[in-house]
Amino acid sequence: MSRHSPVAFWTGFTLVLVLLIVAPLVLPEFWRRFVTEILIWGLLAMSSDILIGYTGMVSFGHSAFFGLGMYGAAAALLSVKPPSLWLAIVYGLVAAAGVAVFVAYFSTRLRDIYFSITTLIFSQIFYVIIFTWTEVTGGENGLSFRRPVLAIPGLFSMPFDSNTLHWFVLAVVTVSYLVLRRITQSPFGMVLQSIRENEPRTRAVGYAVEQYKIVAVMLSGLFAGLAGVLYAVHNRFAAPDYVFFLISGEVVIFNVMGGIGTLVGPLVGAAFFLLLREGFSRFFTEFYLIPVGVIFTAMVIFMPQGLLGFLRRRLNE
Amino acid sequence: MLLDQILIQTVNGIVTGMILALVASGLTLIFGIMDVVNFAHGELFMLGAYVGVITIVASGSFWLALVVATLVIALLGAVIQITTLRPLLGRDPLTTILATFGLSLVLQNYALWQFGPVARKIPEPFTGHFTLFYLDYPWYRLAIAGLSAAIIGALWLFLKFGTYGIWIRATTQDRVMAAAMGIPVPWVHTAVFAIGAGMAAASGVLFGPLVGVNHAMGLDWVLKAFIVVVVGGMGNLGGSIAASIFISLLEAYASLWVSPAQAVIVSFVALILTLLFRPTGLFVPTPK
Amino acid sequence: MSGSASAAAPLVSVEEIHTYYGKSHILHGVSLEVRPGEVVGLLGRNGVGKSTTLKTVMGLVKPSRGEVRYEGRGITGLPPHRLARLGIAYVPEDRRIFRLLTVMENLRTGLDRGGLDETRKQALLDKVYRYFPVLAERRNQAGGTLSGGEQQMLAIARAMMLEPKIILLDEPTEGLMPRMVSQISHIIEALHQEGVAILLVEQNVPLTLEACQRVYLMEKGVVRHHAGSAELRADPAVIHQYMGI
Repeated sequence: MSRHSPVAFWTGFTLVLVLLIVAPLVLPEFWRRFVTEILIWGLLAMSSDILIGYTGMVSFGHSAFFGLGMYGAAAALLSVKPPSLWLAIVYGLVAAAGVAVFVAYFSTRLRDIYFSITTLIFSQIFYVIIFTWTEVTGGENGLSFRRPVLAIPGLFSMPFDSNTLHWFVLAVVTVSYLVLRRITQSPFGMVLQSIRENEPRTRAVGYAVEQYKIVAVMLSGLFAGLAGVLYAVHNRFAAPDYVFFLISGEVVIFNVMGGIGTLVGPLVGAAFFLLLREGFSRFFTEFYLIPVGVIFTAMVIFMPQGLLGFLRRRLNE
Repeated sequence: MLLDQILIQTVNGIVTGMILALVASGLTLIFGIMDVVNFAHGELFMLGAYVGVITIVASGSFWLALVVATLVIALLGAVIQITTLRPLLGRDPLTTILATFGLSLVLQNYALWQFGPVARKIPEPFTGHFTLFYLDYPWYRLAIAGLSAAIIGALWLFLKFGTYGIWIRATTQDRVMAAAMGIPVPWVHTAVFAIGAGMAAASGVLFGPLVGVNHAMGLDWVLKAFIVVVVGGMGNLGGSIAASIFISLLEAYASLWVSPAQAVIVSFVALILTLLFRPTGLFVPTPK
Repeated sequence: MSGSASAAAPLVSVEEIHTYYGKSHILHGVSLEVRPGEVVGLLGRNGVGKSTTLKTVMGLVKPSRGEVRYEGRGITGLPPHRLARLGIAYVPEDRRIFRLLTVMENLRTGLDRGGLDETRKQALLDKVYRYFPVLAERRNQAGGTLSGGEQQMLAIARAMMLEPKIILLDEPTEGLMPRMVSQISHIIEALHQEGVAILLVEQNVPLTLEACQRVYLMEKGVVRHHAGSAELRADPAVIHQYMGI
């Protein structure tokens, strides 16, 4: 069975990649943006899967990493002229990493539900700080800024148009996916999964579980921050709403709907959720969360493995 | 002057603390007996307030509204437990958090849909102030604190004496042996969830006159209630009451210096410190 | 005083049950029966599945295959609280009394099951206090403050509150002093005199042989041997083989 999996996997992968590359050329602008946003949320969901699906630590605080990536990028794009894409990425990652350090510390001291509640509170702390520190963060209104150009100093510089922006995001997300996939299939990834399955036994066998958890949190936080940077660049604004814990909740929904522990599942989950939202908004306007919430709750009860959960074993071999 | 302000905030803190205690005791009871973290608890609080609004509009009586809201939401709680939580018994505790989270989204948006975004008001059942230093302090606020204390006291008595109280306590301690003794554990779970829901609804009605009733009012409370439950010791009723007052007092004092929106950070910090240094709870005398 | 032993239909019969804990296959087809009023023993080394057998009868664990019958009716898969009300009582290996409830409250968990009027309740309480005077003394003390032996007595007394037809007793003498052990032995005899059936899991061989009419010997998740206790007393080699002593 595993003999055939790589072929099947890469075929599927290439197919989806080609579709995503072609998308902006054939879709109307609205849907082009939609697909780009799915990719960004998908990256956020993937980062969260490292913790939820692979290490077994349910984080309700990913909005903090995401938000800080966003605001970090905003800081770079507002304070340094001309706005630099790479600086935005660096600032965003550093900001997200800063938060990740705290969460990583807690992850070694707290288990299960206490960890989850703490991460939730954490994202709320940042929400309150960002919301009330109006002078620096723009408070309720957030920050808006101009999009940087895609530039490699000395080589070329070109402003993004909607297609190139989409391809840039696609490139970042694809590379991130491949990197994360490589990591989860490596011995490191195997240890993470073993921590999820049975932490005491993993510890007893001799692994320094705390160190693995710290690395997992940092990894997860960095990629979540990267998603935040992409969001800032794509939408040209940063707002406290994205740090509110409900966003973290939505990320967990993406993970569960798509199938935790599959890496690509959460991306599918994000797409599924966003499509449902789009679809239901036509009929239910802003109350789309009622049917979507019902579907989600039903899935938790009847389909806990998520849409792609059945692929979990195959994808991780 | 500062002393006056501190004393006023003390009274405020106790009042808010008692309502929070009413919300949190339901949450901690539910967690203690069935290991369920009820994310939708804030929405039960909110829906209780709305049922209160409807009842008052229909009947004009605040007290009737209190009773009706409690009963209706208790029933809703029972239905929720039977349909959504019973199937999840024995599964990973994560699933109950997720299911109740999904539920909270549904309930919140349902309220938004049915009642609209404009806040409603529950009028105070009686007006009248007394002079507390330089303020006209409404009697109603003290009444809330008293009522909440009375309800919690009634709960405590029910748990301590009375057959069903013993059933609940036995099931909380050891649900396997409770079942082996003939206690219908699934129904005890449903009853406790209903009681918790009812208490949250009562808090919603009591708190209604202090703020506007709107669909998002549950969010703040559920976060605070979680903090209280953890700081007080999960499953520990006395602890969550003490923690409610403690946290509310801290926030009340903090709001003398910072804005109320920022004052909540105080409770967050309290939570984090508790988890780091006394993870079983600040007020827990012996480990469970 | 063998009661209606030989020809009576079994009160509890366990038929070829297979039970798993997760992936571990613990019971590989266990069959045994207890007739009304009988005291039956289940002996075997640690880990062979004796406790699991009791738990399966009590509905605390679901078997993947096989049937458990009570008074002829299939009860496999029924929830424990129904079985308790039908007349099956369970006294687990670590006693598991409600530590934060008083002795009286512990007893009430069984006493308050409904359908008993005050006179009957009082009569039951009096009976239990006669059997276990120390519990009467400590009736308002929290269960957790009792000594090991007292907790064992409370666990048995609590089971008696259900007025059961059969008590599933799991290693009642474990960790008890010799004086307590003989008290347990007397209690088992007294219950037998009242007509209560008992399925006794034990490591204490002499006590088992004395208290029980028949004994099953288990090894690695199956019942390997079954004999009357008189027969086993006469030929101890069989026991040594299965108990490894």
